[in-house]
Amino acid sequence: MTNAFLYAFAGIGLFVLGLHALVVHAHVLRKILAVNVMGSGVFLVLVALARRSGEATSDPVPHAMVITGIVVAVSATALALALMLKLAGKSGEAVLPGKHND
Amino acid sequence: MLIGLLNIDWGVITIMLPLAGGIACVLWPAMSKPAGLISVTGVVLAIAGLGWRIMENGTYRHAVGGWGAPLGIDLFADGLSLVMLIMTALVGLGISFYAKRFFSPCDAVRFWPIWLLLLAALNALFLSADIFNLYVALEMTGLAAVALTALTGRIDALGGAMRYLLATLLGSLAYLLGVVLLYHDAGSVDIATLAQRIEPNAAVWTALGLMSAGLALKTALFPLSFWLPPAHASAPAPVSALLSALVIKASFYILLRLWLELFGAFAEGVSMLLGLLGAAAILWGSLQALRQTRIKLLVAYSTVAQIGYLFLIYPLALVSNGMAASMAAYLAFSHALAKSAMFLAAGNLMQFGGHDRIADLDRAVQRLPLTVAAFALAGVSIMGLPPSSGFVGKWLLLDAAMSQGRWDLAVVMIIGGLLAAGYIFKVLGYAFTQAEVPHDARAVPAEMEWAALLLAIGAILLGFMAPQIFALIHPDLAVNASEAGTVWTA
Repeated sequence: MTNAFLYAFAGIGLFVLGLHALVVHAHVLRKILAVNVMGSGVFLVLVALARRSGEATSDPVPHAMVITGIVVAVSATALALALMLKLAGKSGEAVLPGKHND
Repeated sequence: MLIGLLNIDWGVITIMLPLAGGIACVLWPAMSKPAGLISVTGVVLAIAGLGWRIMENGTYRHAVGGWGAPLGIDLFADGLSLVMLIMTALVGLGISFYAKRFFSPCDAVRFWPIWLLLLAALNALFLSADIFNLYVALEMTGLAAVALTALTGRIDALGGAMRYLLATLLGSLAYLLGVVLLYHDAGSVDIATLAQRIEPNAAVWTALGLMSAGLALKTALFPLSFWLPPAHASAPAPVSALLSALVIKASFYILLRLWLELFGAFAEGVSMLLGLLGAAAILWGSLQALRQTRIKLLVAYSTVAQIGYLFLIYPLALVSNGMAASMAAYLAFSHALAKSAMFLAAGNLMQFGGHDRIADLDRAVQRLPLTVAAFALAGVSIMGLPPSSGFVGKWLLLDAAMSQGRWDLAVVMIIGGLLAAGYIFKVLGYAFTQAEVPHDARAVPAEMEWAALLLAIGAILLGFMAPQIFALIHPDLAVNASEAGTVWTA
């Protein structure tokens, strides 16, 4: 059990925690935060596994992937927040409509 | 000079042109309509060029900026990618000409840049050679699709878009975690390199589970299809058509690619599960479609059902005998043409009557004959009646099921076809009858009617093109398709 695996499991833990929050919370802001926690979990796994056992220097490719991932996550969060504000402005509360109108 | 044309990197143009067009639309909003149409037409030409190059030189591979794999990003296209690109370009062109008349100047300013971004993302996705680049393109596709869904700003569209965004982010994060595990295990994200190194172990199985679940969520495979009907039904008609015809095919394509190159060899149990969910999707989606009272929700549930057919490819062991890529691409192409025609026709009916209640269609057949014809022709393909492309695709699937003794799947396919006939004739029936309360009607531009009709005619004509499509993807297997094409004439 190396340090790297400890971090990787912490990352998986964050992913699962975020998934749980995404499902149970009704408020959209909490859901958006949950997705961000999940994303951080994935990035943590990515960085942790970059250093392979027995190698002195870590692999730069996963670091580049994390940078790309963060850019994607920021844009997604911005879009989500903008949508949430619009939704809250129209409906008065930032929760998903329970059932769509059939 | 012809040789010079052949050596142009058409693949790069299919991504850069819509991206540049989209930026131009943002910078000069007044120009967005012509800029959009020029970009989409340019993409069609570039894909024709790419197709020509692949015919002449075989598979296309281009190292962007001169940096090859494993460091740089490679663009890659084989027959499968090419068919998906052709599908995107043709359906996109039809929808663009529809959108030209559909949107008010105020909405058009917002539609064109996002649609061009979506087109660039889809082209990049179908040209990706590595699983990380696929992730980036998948996210771009998802974000653009969500933004298009919310375009009208109505409350149901905002709710649908929000639900769609959360589902699509969850799906891509699960996929990304799978990418991380595969990279850790095999030390590469390049699909060709991975294919040589991959061995079934715990990390690969976890990656397979995460990626399959994430992509199934994004493709709206039952029971992960909860987000699709509200998003697809609340969006404006051209956007619904783009979402149903093209966007869900993007994640389906990635899953197919992974299965063909990486997982197909050892994941038979998961293939069976995907097939079972597909069968459940056919039955559940069709029954839900039959229950709907609004056309757009009916068409959206029909998409849930038709996605089920795509997933029947996995358990029929087509992956192992090389038929999977051709079958999947053909079925996806067929569905893209038919479903875009249906959504555009539904949009015409909505614009005409100001509503999309099926019971109040009020003799639409007399007043909008081209639109109803488009809906009916697309319906022929969705039901799987000859000589449409839907028939050829479903006949080949049925043939594979029966030759392998999978009667359960064969029965589901037949029931699915009957249910599809039920919900399509439900709409057509009301199009012939007079409503109790007469409604005011607004004129529908001829271009919008013709766009829907031409896409529907395309869905029928594709039925005659099956051997060519199959030959493009897998030259050895073209014979099967030409047999299927001639069955109905015998």
